[in-house]
Amino acid sequence: MAMLNIENLHANVGDKEILKGLTLEVGAGEVHAIMGPNGSGKSTLGYVLAGREGYEATSGSVTFDGKDLLALEPHERAAAGFFLGLQYPVEIPGVSNLNFLRTALNAQRKLRGEPDVSAADFMRLARTEADAFDLTMDHMKRGVNVGFSGGEKKRNEMVQMALLAPKFAVLDETDSGLDIDALKTVAGGINRLRSPERGFLLITHYQRLLDYVKPDKVHVLSGGRIVRSGGPELAHALEREGYGELAA
Amino acid sequence: MNALPIPTRRDEAWRYSDLEALGEVWPSGVVSERIDVPAGETRALTLVADAAQPVAVRDWTVTIADGARLDLHILNLGGRYGRVALDVTLGEGSHFELGAAQVAGGKTTLEIVTHVRHAAPGATSRQTVRTVLAQQATGTYLGKVAVDRGAQKTDAAQSVKAMLLDRTATANAKPELEIFADDVKCAHGATVGELDATQYFYLTSRGLPPAEAKRLLLHAFLADAFAGMDDAGARETLEAAALAALERLA
Repeated sequence: MAMLNIENLHANVGDKEILKGLTLEVGAGEVHAIMGPNGSGKSTLGYVLAGREGYEATSGSVTFDGKDLLALEPHERAAAGFFLGLQYPVEIPGVSNLNFLRTALNAQRKLRGEPDVSAADFMRLARTEADAFDLTMDHMKRGVNVGFSGGEKKRNEMVQMALLAPKFAVLDETDSGLDIDALKTVAGGINRLRSPERGFLLITHYQRLLDYVKPDKVHVLSGGRIVRSGGPELAHALEREGYGELAA
Repeated sequence: MNALPIPTRRDEAWRYSDLEALGEVWPSGVVSERIDVPAGETRALTLVADAAQPVAVRDWTVTIADGARLDLHILNLGGRYGRVALDVTLGEGSHFELGAAQVAGGKTTLEIVTHVRHAAPGATSRQTVRTVLAQQATGTYLGKVAVDRGAQKTDAAQSVKAMLLDRTATANAKPELEIFADDVKCAHGATVGELDATQYFYLTSRGLPPAEAKRLLLHAFLADAFAGMDDAGARETLEAAALAALERLA
């Protein structure tokens, strides 16, 4: 069975149905991209998978690494190896980035029955990953995302992903708002983390990211369901012709 | 000596008080204190008011003379009823800093009532009050800043925030200004809210269990009150006591 298996998923935000029978399989080691017009349900998909309150799956199933993902609490999904990179990372004044990450990492490890990472090992890891995504230790010591530029927030999501080392990552428009250098840094990070044991689902508006991170498959999400799937060439066709034709 | 009549709810400064609890200590149990900071001097005081005294009513009169400074940090936890009332008079070019946190659950009533009078020019005052309330607790901040006619170049700020963990808790916030000078800067802001759902989701989605996520967010919220403290040891003591109070709410 595929690492992530979404079967005929219906989901509501409030009392409005946003996902209307979405089916998608992503295998371990694969990178898939989901593209689609505004309001098609891309971010909702990410939130439903991560278990955000108010985003309710009404029918269908999601199996992740053999587990019923929808039955787990958000923190249990994280510990099971699921990661959602947010389109708009949240600022949390007063909670330092480092403290947050170390607490999160050790909480995940505890649920998995693994020992804590020592303070020294964690600092080494944090330094290495901050450096890899062009953030300083000053960024890491500050409140989570506080005073970060848009691009820094997105890169901080990548630092978190690299540190938490999930089995599967959904990245919701991690590429939007990045200049070309930052885009290359982010893409380089994703490519480095690609492995036969790890899957990615990239939610994006533009094929630009896909020039740097070659997807195995591209899907078009429209009206709450996958209306078309193909290889990387589909992203180029979408860029050329827009969603109108292809998503119809 | 004639006993003072016990205040009633018609008295604005006692509108949200637990008058029944007050009755048990009135008037002899009211702790009246004076703090006088002499001209040019600096004082720092901290107060932890906890359940050791189930009903604690404090009434402080403070004068901060010309060019002097008082930093006052309060953690009001209370037992059944905890009140701290401050009557502060500021001299020329002086500064008053108040950082206060209140944490309560059960049926506890907590309140901080301040009257800060800018009596001379060029004085500054900063009041930061953070309150976390659960169950049927009540938390109040009543803060009046009065600027006398001659007190030009006054700079006064009040930042008041309360967080309700249960819909059954009650927060009252009333920052008030009374200004008789025309060249002054007086800022005030008051909010009452709940735990930020987006921040909470962000933390849990990265693996923090619900209780841990709440603890981090509430700790950060309260830490605003003690952020300006120079004495790191004293700050840690207050923060640890605030954290312990948050744990007891869970």
